Amino acid sequence: MTDTARGASGRRTPANPTAANPTAAIPTPGEARLQTVDARLGYDRRTVSEGISAAIPDGSFTVIVGPNACGKSTLLRSFSRLLKPTAGSVLLDGRDIASLPPKQVARTVGLLPQSSVAPDGITVVDLVRRGRYPHQGLIRQWSARDRIAVDEALEATDLTELAARPVAELSGGQRQRAWVAMALAQETPILLLDEPTTYLDISHQMDLLNLFARLHQQGTTIAAVLHDLNQAARYATHLIVMKEGRIVATGAPADVISAELIERVFELPCVVIADPVTGGPLVVPR
Amino acid sequence: MTGGATLGSRPASAAPTTAGPGATRPVRPPRLRSRTVVLALAIGCVLLALVALGLGDFPLDPVQVVQAAFTTDGGFATTIVLEWRLPRVLAALVFGAALAVSGGLFQTLTANPLGSPDIIGFSTGAYTGALLVLTLAGTSFAPVAVGAVAGGLVSALLAYVLAYRRGVHGFRLIIVGIGVTAILQSANTLLLRRASTEVAMEASFWGAGSLSLVGWSQFVPVAIALAVLTPAVFLVSRPLRQLELGDDAARAHGVRVERSRLTILVLGVALIALVTAISGPIAFVALAAPQIAHRIARSPGIPLVGSALVGALLLLSADMVAQHLPPTPIPVGVVTIIGGGVYLLALLVHEARGQR
Repeated sequence: MTDTARGASGRRTPANPTAANPTAAIPTPGEARLQTVDARLGYDRRTVSEGISAAIPDGSFTVIVGPNACGKSTLLRSFSRLLKPTAGSVLLDGRDIASLPPKQVARTVGLLPQSSVAPDGITVVDLVRRGRYPHQGLIRQWSARDRIAVDEALEATDLTELAARPVAELSGGQRQRAWVAMALAQETPILLLDEPTTYLDISHQMDLLNLFARLHQQGTTIAAVLHDLNQAARYATHLIVMKEGRIVATGAPADVISAELIERVFELPCVVIADPVTGGPLVVPR
Repeated sequence: MTGGATLGSRPASAAPTTAGPGATRPVRPPRLRSRTVVLALAIGCVLLALVALGLGDFPLDPVQVVQAAFTTDGGFATTIVLEWRLPRVLAALVFGAALAVSGGLFQTLTANPLGSPDIIGFSTGAYTGALLVLTLAGTSFAPVAVGAVAGGLVSALLAYVLAYRRGVHGFRLIIVGIGVTAILQSANTLLLRRASTEVAMEASFWGAGSLSLVGWSQFVPVAIALAVLTPAVFLVSRPLRQLELGDDAARAHGVRVERSRLTILVLGVALIALVTAISGPIAFVALAAPQIAHRIARSPGIPLVGSALVGALLLLSADMVAQHLPPTPIPVGVVTIIGGGVYLLALLVHEARGQR
């Protein structure tokens, strides 16, 4: 809350339209299974965010936006247990994520990492099968449930036809879909996406975002870091705007995005008009 | 011609390819090939072992070998096969497998075909340990073996600690390992030069890598230790597969990355150190076998079982060459170094071409 207040410095605190909870920065565990509380995030001795409190509202399509190096990927990484806060905590269902068994977390929170390595010679289906790891153990290695999850993930990403192909032979868009399929096979109620559309052309970006929107409609809570403000405005139900490691504004895109905010956060003079397709906010640089 | 026809009937012909909406076709990964390869390699090991058991001053054909092995009258052939040749053949198979699995673990961990324990210097460290014991405590077998294991573990730990920076990454481990190897090699030279002639001879013999001194009394304890490690290798093989996807993906799947990596590292070092303790450093097998297995099985990543079998075949073949091809037997380590040199050169040339 302090961050929002400090960052917004007297500007209207963005109203949260759906949840009717003005203090979105520190929600109660009932509304957001995943949240950071007063966390210090950083690498080695470099602190990126100090005392940051953020939440992924349940059932939302949350998008974190902000200029380069504002700490948005860092925040997302902390949500997925990839980065341990040096102070404060990350809570999943009200419990410190660091104290939970990693596999249990991995059955609840999935992640599409920014960079992954496809093992030499791996096929699409083999890659997707590896997403089932958190559901498997020594005793229960491969079950009918696993097979169904893999088939469904391939189907959702439209990769069923390419299942037997080596990942290395796929196009960029197909390869990214294969990684998405692996995350889907994990069958988590919360899915985190770290810059999922980077390096893809516009139509493949839209394909992926539409896929995420479908997943969101089917009940998955999604949190993504996106670079494109207008894509964020179009797909997000909840925006987290960051600058210099702090949260500047949170809320529905229509409530949050204004020319003044964009100019302040990105130092980009612009006008905000109604998107001719969706009616939502559309940022047009001056 | 066909193009015109299909173009016209596009919507109709599209139907069969989508083959019933919702009917998820069962997708089976190509496991058959891996299984066939494993079976073929296992059969190859058995056949080669039969041939190897028959070779020597008292030649036997495979049928005679089997007869000698399964008669209990204690005849001369039985003694030769079971008491003289079998421990060495088994040692070649088992040690080759252990070296290859060690190499497979390291290469997967470092995501680099050069990331094998003999390149990053754990066998050099084992040699240092053995040398220290030889110069300080004499030439009896057990202390030298213990010294070798300790030397391998300490040098591995050193490389791990020096390469540690918010976790250990493959490439840094290789570079640091090469550096540690260089230091240990000069230490080895120094130790050899300061040692008495007798110790230096013993050490050089040990350092060449040979299976000629392996009898049942040496083979059995190491085989038991390796058998104890085998379930542990199977345990780490699952997180290992996740680590192949990168640290972030592995963590997102619930792998305790640093802990798994350290466990895998310790296991890999233990495998190679145990073998080195008995036979001295044997190069090339840990480096080449996993890559060969990966290529013939066409598996994603490095197959550990396939690597073990290829390693067994490689070391047994090399030991047969070492024993029977030259006029007088040479240490198997010499054979593998020659073969390994050629292989390493080919690998480096291939990698360098691939980079461009």
